[in-house]
Order: sequence, then structure tokens, then C-alpha cells
Amino acid sequence: MSNEQNALIFGLYVFVLAGFLGHHVIHRVPPLLHTPLMAGTNAISGISLVGSLVAAGGGYGTLGTILGTIAVTCATINTVGGFLITDRMLRMFKTRRSDPGKPKP
Amino acid sequence: MITPLSYLIASVCFIVALQALSSPKHARRGNAIGAFGMLVAVVGTLLLGKIIRFEWILIGLTLGSVIGAAMSIWIPMTKMPERIALSHSFGGLAAALVGISEYHHLGAEISRFTMGALGLEVFLGFLTFTGSLMAFGKLQGILPGSPITYKGQNASNIVLFLAALALLVLVVLDPSRSALFYLMGVIGFVVGILFVIPIGGADMPVVISLLNSYAGLAAAATGFALNNYVLIIAGALDGTSGFLLSLKMSKAMNRSFANVLFGAFGKVAAPAEGTAAGAAAAASYNQATVEEAVGVLEAAQSLIVVPGYGMAVSQAQHTVRELTQILEGRGVAVKYAIHPVAGRMPGHMNVLLAEANVPYDQLFDLDDINDEFARTDAVLVVGANDVVNPAAKTNPGSPIFGMPVFNVEQARAVIVLKRSFNPGFAGIENELFGKPNTMMVLGDAKKTLREMTTALKGD
Repeated sequence: MSNEQNALIFGLYVFVLAGFLGHHVIHRVPPLLHTPLMAGTNAISGISLVGSLVAAGGGYGTLGTILGTIAVTCATINTVGGFLITDRMLRMFKTRRSDPGKPKP
Repeated sequence: MITPLSYLIASVCFIVALQALSSPKHARRGNAIGAFGMLVAVVGTLLLGKIIRFEWILIGLTLGSVIGAAMSIWIPMTKMPERIALSHSFGGLAAALVGISEYHHLGAEISRFTMGALGLEVFLGFLTFTGSLMAFGKLQGILPGSPITYKGQNASNIVLFLAALALLVLVVLDPSRSALFYLMGVIGFVVGILFVIPIGGADMPVVISLLNSYAGLAAAATGFALNNYVLIIAGALDGTSGFLLSLKMSKAMNRSFANVLFGAFGKVAAPAEGTAAGAAAAASYNQATVEEAVGVLEAAQSLIVVPGYGMAVSQAQHTVRELTQILEGRGVAVKYAIHPVAGRMPGHMNVLLAEANVPYDQLFDLDDINDEFARTDAVLVVGANDVVNPAAKTNPGSPIFGMPVFNVEQARAVIVLKRSFNPGFAGIENELFGKPNTMMVLGDAKKTLREMTTALKGD
């Protein structure tokens, strides 16, 4: 097998195994937290930021830099915004014992 | 060595973050770990020798951080579905642009494998971008929420999809045909629009979850193109998460995936027939005043609140909480019944009630609470319709027949807060409204609830 085929097969291994792991982990998330789950996975998939960084700063020429910079902006909105809003939501979930009347400091 | 190691750390952090979401107790810490992983990956990438110019990166990072933070801090919780739809579109756009830039950069040296991954990335990226923008437009009310249909819609969509697939094969065979590559991107752009316009507002939970999945798959395709495992892992996690959620949502509506995507739900009831029948049915509804409803609440020992999208529209979650707090003070046992597809996205109602400080141990899923309605004195339906429609159980002719619904009609009394007698989003008549133990209080839910609270406080 060529190097390239190796890379493809290895990538597919990682993809399939991560998919199974995801299935297993996400199955245990209660419906209560489905919105934070969606916001959280969205923040995580903002990892495409690392690809955008290379496109924006890797000396890909003018077009590459422009597209890369827009992509960096979009992906950063998702990561920064995604983690912040997930945290904002999760902060609100309280039980009776934790005094729901007053927001925590 | 540093960069791949940082990606490994990030991957582990992401998995830990998702694992922590199995309980609200640890979820916040998990989210912080996920954010830390992201930071490690970004720093690891910046230390990579590949990056030679930092000024544009800094501009993008700063701009993105400011916009992202502003959107997250100030957006009201009721707008969460719109916020999520927008972020899917950003994710899709980022993936598509990186793909184009990479294609442009590699030029003739591109391998077939990389080409295939880039093609998928750009197609899925643009599809997610426009599809999510359409979903956003529908949620926000910029576009009509009801399905837009035309003749041969499904056939033409499938033809477009196959055409994109054919183009992908052609570009993989000969990566130098850049026109075909860009044409494929354009088709992705168009397919995103065309796939979402026939889908009705009530089906948004499935569509948003599915777009979540596509955004993840686009990220995974980027990972294949760049040979970057953290991207593949994060994309696979996001992809399965979105896919699982959309399966759960379809199941909660007793509809197949295909039916949601191609069924143009909500167009089923012909408008002319619907209004005539609607007027006739409305005549038999039991309209009640706020005072009568308060009388029922005062006599009740137990109450179950069933919130729906109407609660979000009217932003009534805080008023609901205020009312239930007064009743709890009088010894009434209060529970909330949350349907999986109540609202416009998975978990929409839970977040709104959590915002209003309702303890999450009072929120119950369909299966956990459905037997309790028969033992309950009063049910308060706030802006929910289809999820409390007994026709889903009794009328095989109803478009929602077979959908799991709450057994609210088994309770001693049911108070329904509704804006008007118009049928709900799906345009289906609700026989619950004509039952003898149902009282309909018309008007804006928030206003009605406030009047009920005042009346309860008054005596």
C-alpha cells in the first residue's frame, strides 16, 4: 500500500472509532442537556479553526489569505461563542437544594 | 512533535467534555476542559513551523472572539435555536472556505484522496452554510415558517444531489478540472437552500440536529484533507451527536427521517377545509376566564405544567415559575412535563425553564411522567399543542397519529393557555380543546399567567 492509502485507512479507523465512542458517550446525555450538547459539540467542531489558521497564515497567496481569514473569524465565533454560551446555559441548571431562588455568584 | 501532541491533548479534552454532559453536576467543568483543549490545539498550531504570517490570524481571532462573545452574552435564551442555526452556518462556511483555499494552494499536485476529501468538505460546508441560514431565517420569521413547496421538488433535489456526486467523482479522477470543483460547491450552496425550504417550523428540531451533523461531517472531511486527526475526531463526535439527536427527534414525532426531509409536513391540511372545520370545532371549545382557571388551581393538590413553543414566543418562562412558586408555597406538588420535540430544538424547554430558576429535578421526560397525569388534579398547558393532542392516539386519520403525546386529558382538569383558536403550527385540529374537563384561556400566555398570579396573591 502506498503512503497515501495508509493515511486514508488510518484516518478512517480514527473516524469510525471516534464515531462509536461518540455514539456511546452521547447516548448517556439526558434530554435535559440536549441544547447544551448541541452548543457544546458545535464549539468542539470549531476545531476546524486549526485548518483555517494554516490557510490564513501559511502564505497561500492573496486568495488563500482572504478565505483563510474569513474562515478563522467564523471558526473563532463558533469556538469562543460556543463554549461561552454552553457555560451560560449549564450555569442555569440547578437542583432544589442549591437554592434556586437566588442565582449563584 | 509539539503540534501533534497538542492535538492529542485536545482530542482527549473534547471526549471528556462530552462525557461530562451526562449529568448537569459535572457538565460545566467538562465544558471548561473542552475549551482548554481547544486553546491547547490553537497554540500548538501557531507553534507549527507552517505559519509564517500572523497579522491576519490575529485579526480573524480578535474579530471572531468579539463577535462570538457578544453573541453569547447578550442573546436571550428564547433565541437559542436561532443562535445554534447561525453557528452551524458559520461552521459550514469556515469548512468550505478552508477547502477552497487548500485546493487553490495545492493546485496540480493534489492527490486523489485529498481531492475527494476536499470535495466533500466544500460540498457539505456550503450545504450546511445555506441550509442553516435558511433554518435561521425560518426561526427568526424572516422567511415564512410554513413549508414552501413546488411541483417536482423532491425529484429536482435528488437530481441536484446526484449531479454533485457525479462532479465529485469527475474531479477525483482529474483534480485539475477546477471548474467542476467550483460547480460542485455551487450545487452544495443551492441544495442547502432547496432542502430546507420545504420543511415546516415544527420540524425544526430534526433539521437543526441534522445540520449539526453535517457541520461535524464537514469538519471531519477537512480532517481527512489536511490529514489532521483532531479534526477527524471532533468532526466524528459532532457528526454522531447531531445524527443521534435527529433520530431521537424523528422518533419522538413517530416519523421517519425521510418523511421529515421530503414530507413537507404542515401542508397536509388544505387551508379552505381547515378553516371551515376549525370554525365549527372552535364553537365547541370550552372557553374560560382567568378567575375560573384560578379557581381550579386553588383547589388542586398537584399540578403538571406542559410547556411548548408558545411559552418561548411569549417569553413566559419566568411568569410560569412565579405562578408555580406561589402554588408550591401552598403545598401544591408541581412538576413539569417536557416533550422531546417541544420548542424548536432539542432541549429548548429545559433551557428556558432552567433560566427561570426551575430546579431541574422538577423537569420530567415524556416516559417518566406520562402515567402520572391520571393521578393529577390540574394540568397547565402553556403554548403547547400537538404534544397534547389526543388525536395522536385515537385518530388514525390524523397526520400526527402514532406520535407519542402526553395523556393530559386523563387529569382531573386541564387549563390550556393559547393565543387564539387557530390550529397550531402543523395546522391540525386538537380534540383536547373540546373535552369537558378542559378550559381554554385565550390570550398572550405571559399576560394570562400574570393575571393568574395576581389573582392568586390577592386572596
